[in-house]
Amino acid sequence: MAYAMLIYETEEALASRSDEAKREAYWSAWGAYHQALVEAGVITGGSSLEPGHTGTTLPLRDGDRQVQDGPYADTKEQLGGYMIFEVPDLDTALDWAARCPAAEYGAVEIRPIHKME
Amino acid sequence: MADGGEDAGRAALLAARASYSRLVAYLAAAAGDVAAAEDALSDAFRAALETWPDRGVPDKPEAWLLAAARHRLTDMSRHRAVQAQAAATLRLLTEEAADRAAVAPAFPDERLKLLFICAHPAIDIAARTPLMLQTVLGIDAGRIASAFLVSPAAMGQRLVRAKAKIRDARISFDVPEYHQLPERLDAVLDAIYAAYGTGWDDTAGTDSRRRGLADEAVWLARLAVELLPDAAEAHGLLALMLYCEARRPARRTEAGAYMPLSEQDVQLWRRPMIEEAKRALATAAAQHRLGRFQLEAAIQSQHAMRLTGGDINWASIVALYDALAEMSPTIGALIGRAAALAEERGAAAGLAALEAIDMDRARSYQPYWAVRGALLARLDRTDGADAAYERAIGLTEDRAVRAFLLTKMSTIER
Repeated sequence: MAYAMLIYETEEALASRSDEAKREAYWSAWGAYHQALVEAGVITGGSSLEPGHTGTTLPLRDGDRQVQDGPYADTKEQLGGYMIFEVPDLDTALDWAARCPAAEYGAVEIRPIHKME
Repeated sequence: MADGGEDAGRAALLAARASYSRLVAYLAAAAGDVAAAEDALSDAFRAALETWPDRGVPDKPEAWLLAAARHRLTDMSRHRAVQAQAAATLRLLTEEAADRAAVAPAFPDERLKLLFICAHPAIDIAARTPLMLQTVLGIDAGRIASAFLVSPAAMGQRLVRAKAKIRDARISFDVPEYHQLPERLDAVLDAIYAAYGTGWDDTAGTDSRRRGLADEAVWLARLAVELLPDAAEAHGLLALMLYCEARRPARRTEAGAYMPLSEQDVQLWRRPMIEEAKRALATAAAQHRLGRFQLEAAIQSQHAMRLTGGDINWASIVALYDALAEMSPTIGALIGRAAALAEERGAAAGLAALEAIDMDRARSYQPYWAVRGALLARLDRTDGADAAYERAIGLTEDRAVRAFLLTKMSTIER
């Protein structure tokens, strides 16, 4: 089964990516997690995203492009990245979600990938 | 809410805590149906909350609840035109329906039957522990799902299926025959231990996934010991969990940092719990029927020697692990053995034992990689140590353990 793991992090957590003092711990944890996924052969894709405030949102209403600065949903936790897994079942996907560094300071959502008929 | 209502709520809650499992077990044994017993009991609690505030709380809330639940069960089975149910209904009807405010009927303690039902071989193995937690302790499915890392919907389904199986397969509510007892008792104890959690490998990180159910597991073990005073392994399991629980206050610093067993401040261990564990282990040993839980408890008892200022006897820990690996070669036991060997005979001996473990079992098991990292670091094989620590960090679910391992990795002497 293919699952997407959607990773939600606070702006504060995302800021530690470039904070001198917190950088190393942040990236080491993520690097190790990614390495474990690769070694287990379950990850098939994914990306880390720039923080929410760098987003631009565009609803098209009556042909009018209403371009807005910022993310689509103005929530405390923003989508910080996603990964695509290939695992036998939801329980296994949840096992990997629990190991994700963001699970403790943000949240991770597991969503099955929709198969086109 | 008026005062009376609050009192009613409190009385109902007290009754629930004190006797939920006895009531469910008793009603289920009478009706042969766990799900129906739970439904009837929750209806009885609802009725209590509706009527007690107006009419006052009865002297014997437990008896009132039992009578109300029995009536409810009888009504329910009237609605089901099923032969099997009819028999149960007759049984229920012939039992003296206690007057609602009357003296509590002395009803037999059927909890042992309920434990054995939950661990019946016909029940899906993945449902046994959750079923015990829900029926014997009244823990809600959502919390059980969280502890076992299953989605709440899937856990709910699992529990419903298991209860339907008990009803439809008419699993007997009798305590198993004497010759079946050991096998069935093992399943009961395994389920309790599963609730407590594994990964108690203090040489490495701990898998804290099921910490939330530790108290409930100890409660279940106490119940098993109370109901089965002659079962050596039940006492062994209780001893094992108490030794582990006794160390809980020392496992984190005030700031929340992870402390491995070897570095824990033993003054923070809970002595009364350790004393109780010792007594439970002695009771088990007196039965002269050795088992895996007694061995694991004995290993923990060696670590507890530090409290009295004694040195840890690694040779005897290794000997205990040898027996454990023979009797019950779980991945945790094999890793514990490797770590103990490293203490007794050096890191190379420990590593050799570690490398003998089947990689398929170790691949995603965090403690394996944490111990491997530590042993390779001791052997100055820094590249291998880095890689192993990195794997362990990637497999860790606990922030404090992750930080601990990151520090270990960055302080390898190069």
